[in-house]
Order: sequence, then structure tokens, then C-alpha cells
Amino acid sequence: MSLGDDGEMTSKEKDATSLGSTRPVMSPDLIVQVPQGIPAKEMSYQEAIREALREEMLRDERVFLMGEDIAKHGGAFGVTRTLFDQFGPERVRNTPISENTIVGAGTGAALAGMRPVMEIMFVDFSGLAMDQICTQAAKLRFMTGGQCKVPWVLRMPQGGGAGKSTAAQHSQSLEVWFAHIPGLKVVLPSTPYDAKGLLKAAIRDDSPTIFLEHKFLYSFRGLVPDQEYVLPLGKCDVKRQGKDVTVVTSGAMVWHAMVAANILAPKGISVEVVDVRTISPLDEETIGASARKTGRVVLVAEACRSYGATGEWGMVVVEQAFDYLKAPIMRVTGRFSPIPFADSLEKGVWPETDDVVRAIQRTMA
Amino acid sequence: MIKLPCSSYGPMQMEVQKELLLEMYRRMLRIREFELGAMDLFKRGQVKGAVHPYIGQEASGVGVCMALRRDDLIAGTHRSHGHTLAKGADTKKMMAEILGKETGYCKGRGGSMHIAAFETGSLGALAVVGSGIPLAVGAALAFKMRGEDKVCVPFTGEGGSNTGNWHECMNMASVWNLPVIFVLENNQYAVSTKVDTVIKVKDLSLRAQGYGIPGVRVDGFDVLTVYEAATKAVARARRGEGPTLLVTESYRFEGHYAGEPEVYRTRAEVEEHRKLDPIPRFHKYLIDNAKASLDEVKAIDTEVKQEIADAIEFAKASPPPDPATAKDYIYA
Repeated sequence: MSLGDDGEMTSKEKDATSLGSTRPVMSPDLIVQVPQGIPAKEMSYQEAIREALREEMLRDERVFLMGEDIAKHGGAFGVTRTLFDQFGPERVRNTPISENTIVGAGTGAALAGMRPVMEIMFVDFSGLAMDQICTQAAKLRFMTGGQCKVPWVLRMPQGGGAGKSTAAQHSQSLEVWFAHIPGLKVVLPSTPYDAKGLLKAAIRDDSPTIFLEHKFLYSFRGLVPDQEYVLPLGKCDVKRQGKDVTVVTSGAMVWHAMVAANILAPKGISVEVVDVRTISPLDEETIGASARKTGRVVLVAEACRSYGATGEWGMVVVEQAFDYLKAPIMRVTGRFSPIPFADSLEKGVWPETDDVVRAIQRTMA
Repeated sequence: MIKLPCSSYGPMQMEVQKELLLEMYRRMLRIREFELGAMDLFKRGQVKGAVHPYIGQEASGVGVCMALRRDDLIAGTHRSHGHTLAKGADTKKMMAEILGKETGYCKGRGGSMHIAAFETGSLGALAVVGSGIPLAVGAALAFKMRGEDKVCVPFTGEGGSNTGNWHECMNMASVWNLPVIFVLENNQYAVSTKVDTVIKVKDLSLRAQGYGIPGVRVDGFDVLTVYEAATKAVARARRGEGPTLLVTESYRFEGHYAGEPEVYRTRAEVEEHRKLDPIPRFHKYLIDNAKASLDEVKAIDTEVKQEIADAIEFAKASPPPDPATAKDYIYA
């Protein structure tokens, strides 16, 4: 399925998409990443990804794009739109519907000296390519004793949004599938600034990198510096400093955490938000340091709970900050269920801001 | 100069230098002796994991790889000692790898099923059947995008031609006109499963028709026939005319892996096929038709046997990888 042109919508109303929560509004002002005085322009998450691709393609002729319907059509979400006109059919390459071979051919091209960026329409379709992702690309450098490297990026939209009704096969959050595999890096940006800087880093990185784009953040806008920048992979980003409770989260859930922090600030609860913008390798130090600082931890993930990222993050807290904990660690996650279609069933399948607020309040009780 | 016999590929006759013929013989024998050595070490418990011998199929790998340049690439399977050696890999580093030594091609990280020798154009053995093929397609895409005249050869068995990978790759390489020669080595069995119980068509080269590319089927016991067909397919690919499917018909003389009980076929069937052994057949050809002297050929026999003995000695004497390096090469 195609969700149309979410990313093309620029009205203030769309910018303030609330991910289904009726209140409060998710305004770009919640996350300020560009200091005042630095020349910057506002753009959407989708535009930031496109600009990263454009800049890296201009910078390095080995970089090319490959995927289904990415040429004129611009991909399922229009991310690569206009790049075809600029770079042509060789470097913005439409493929047959052959996910495993798209990834495998990307690996072969990478072995032969290129730096491919592949797109799979929805992360839900990655199951078709798991052999090439996890069993071939991830292991090649290791099992050949370092004879080669596989410098590719695999871009995949993921995630869901209440009221979007994208159902069971177009809505999942699957970052931990890939994070379990040594050799892969896994990136999940939450803002336009992060999306651009992390994608540029991923393209320049010599390891195969899974770049997950939250499809309902595509239209989110934020400031992106005019000057070139690259962000480090493998590091968490503290999106908000606080002293009472640490919220560890990633992707679209970062926005719920930021809103929750705003709601609780007037009530005297100071919330620190740690954005795990690289899922793997995991920056355990930043999580551990924040947990030791606040002594209270809430873990928030959109994916369903069992064997998920919150379990991993929670153990990092236990290992690194057990003696500092003042309250049990709380988890807020998606329901352990396929994503339903009907509104009445879909409601509650993903965490909302209120769930995060309640969890924080319980750790303070 | 030697006139080649007609092949099933067509009426063309090629001329091949005697030196090249002797090198083909040397490489086939090198594979045979390497595999016998590896199987012996495996049976003694000195090689761990598994060994999948290429014995009986040497003419296929050598015939194809002798038609390639050093900078052309191949991608292999779990049964790729033969392909890697045919492409020119070093027997010492090969043997050290299957013994899990730091001096091996993959520094002991890969073993028998994952030997890669990038220095000779071997992208590696990918031991999930069919999974190496997309890598070859992607490398060929890189060559084409850069305007290079290199080609890429994914080897697979008849079993691998039933994977989605194989069909996706046949389609992608043909629609993009990529310089790929799909070599399908029909050794009649996928582990225990006979080809005619899983593939309807008798002539596997017919599968090329579905992708709009030439399909060629040759005697895989005859190194010259394979070489001739591969040479034509490679030339076609270098000219930018796209992929070819090359089916080589042979037989796996040994079990799926060294020591396998082989309950799925009779000893008589195996013995019948051993009469087609490509090495004595080519030995006879060299003497009868290529004006090679018995002494010349005997010298190669002696040299190859010594080379394998040296490789085994080198591998045994080499150190294992240092456990302190266990996490090396996970990330680049």
C-alpha cells in the first residue's frame, strides 16, 4: 500500500500532528537542536532525509539509490522525489519487486567498491530480505577475516500512528530484529536534524546500517543548519536535561516523552529524556549515567514489549545503576499483538503521551 | 595449437595454447588432491565442521574460471573449495583456513564453508544455498555503472536454481543487461534429493528462456567444452550484451559431505559415473591430442601432490587465532 504524500504536507496543522493524542500538541519547539544565531532553515523529517541523500550523492559518486518505485514516483512516501530528475536512472535505480536481491545486490555492489543506499517500502517487507541482511551482509566482514567491508545503508519506513489504520502488515516497529544481529548498525532518528546528520554518517560508515524512518514523523518539521554536519553513530542524545526521572526512548516515542516532560514540569517533576537514536551498537554509558543521576527510569518503546528494546535498556540500567535506583523501573510499550485495522481495536495498541505521564508519576509516588 | 572438439554449445572451434591446457590439468588435479587431503583430515578429526567435496565436478569450475581474468569475480556456495582454487587461490591459505588457523584466508573465522579469497577475485563461499548469487549481480552492477569490462560468475547447483534468489537474480541481471554468467552445476543431487524429483524440465538451460537470455548446456566432465562455452558467454558479457545461463552437467562422486552415508543412491550408480571422471579423461586428451609428453604430465602430478602435502604441513604448523581477537572484524 501507499500512504500518499504525508511528507509533502506543510501546513501548521499537519506539522503539529499529535500521533493520535488529542492533547497536547507536538510542536517542533519541543526539541531545539540548532542554537540561535546558526543559519538554518525549517524542513520536514522527510526533506531532511532527502537532503542528506542529495548531499552525499553530490559528494561521493559511489553513492547510489536502489529500490522499488524510488525513481519518478519517489518511493512509497516520496522521500526520493526530485532525486531522479537530478541524478538520473543509473543512480536512482528502480528495481523489480525482489527485496532479497535488492539487498543482496547492494551487498555485491558494496563489495565491489560502491556505497549503495537501498530502500524497502515498509520495514514489514524486510522479512523477504532477512537472509541477505542478517545472514550475508552482517557477517561477511567477520567471516572473511576482515578481507572486505559492506558499506551500505538500508532505509526502511516503520512504525504506526493511531487513526491511520495501516493494519498488521504496514505498521510494525522492528528495530530489535536487526539489533540482535552482530555486524549491523541500527539507527532510528526522531527529528529532522537527527535524520539528516545520522543518515549522512550512515552513508559514510563502512558497516551495513539499517536506517529506520518513522513514517508518521515524515511531516514533522524542525530546524536544520545550512552548514554541513554529520552526527555520530552509536551515541544516545539527551534531548532534555532533568533531575528526577530518566525516560529512555527512541523514534516517535521521543515526542511523547517530550510532551510528558512539559506536562510534568509545572508539577515540579524534572524529566530527562534520553533518545536512543542509534539502537545498535547501544550507547550504554549515556543510559547508565542518566539513571545514576536521576535514580528513576521509565522506558518507552512503540514496539511490543516481549523481548524488546525496553528489556535491553532496563538491564543496562540494572547493570550500571542498580544501587542508585529509588523506584522500580517502569515500562511503557506497544501491546503484544498484531496491529489491528478497526479504530476501536487500534486505539491503545501504541503508547500515548498520557501513558508516559502516568508511568513517570508512578515512579515518583 | 590444439583444435578443440565441437561442444554442444555450437559448431565453433577454438584454438587453445598447450600451456593453458596444462594449467587446466594442473588446476583440476590441484582441486582433486586438495579435496582428498581435506577429506582425510576430516576423517581423522583434524578438520572440524564439515567438508563438502567438489570431487567429480572439477572440469566445471576450472573450465569456467580459466575463461576469466584475475579481476573478474566469482561467488560460491558451501561446496566451493573447487571454485576458489580454480580461480587461483593459494593452497596453503586454503588448507590453513579449513583447519581454522590464523594464516588461513579468513584468519580461521570462516572455515571450509566460507572461504573467500578476495586477492584472486573470489567474493567468498556463501553457505546458504542460493545466497551468493545476488552478490554477484550487485558486483556486476557496480562494474556496469563504472563502465568497466569485468564480469561476475555466481556458481550454484541445480538445487540452488530452485531458490527465489536465483530467479530474482536471473530477472534482475537480464533486465539490466548485467555482465553475469550464471553457472548452474547440475551434480544431480541436492543433499539427498535427486534433480528430477524437484525440477520438471530435463534441460535446465531452458530456464533461461523465461528471462530472455541465452541458455547453454554442456558436458561438465569435459573441461574444454566448459571452457569454450564460458569463453563465449564471458565475451558476450564483456561486450555489454548481458547475462548467460551456463548449465554444466556432471555428478558428485562423493557424499554431500565427507563421511555422509549416502543412503539415497546405490554404489553401482556412483561407480558408473566415476567412469566419466574428468581428470583421467583430460589426461588422455593431453597425451593423444595436445602433444603433451607423459613426462610433462607426470611432472604436474608430482608437483601438485607435493604442493598439497606442503599445504597440509603449513596448515598444521600454523597458529590458531588468538582468543583476544575474537571480536575483531565485526564492524568495519
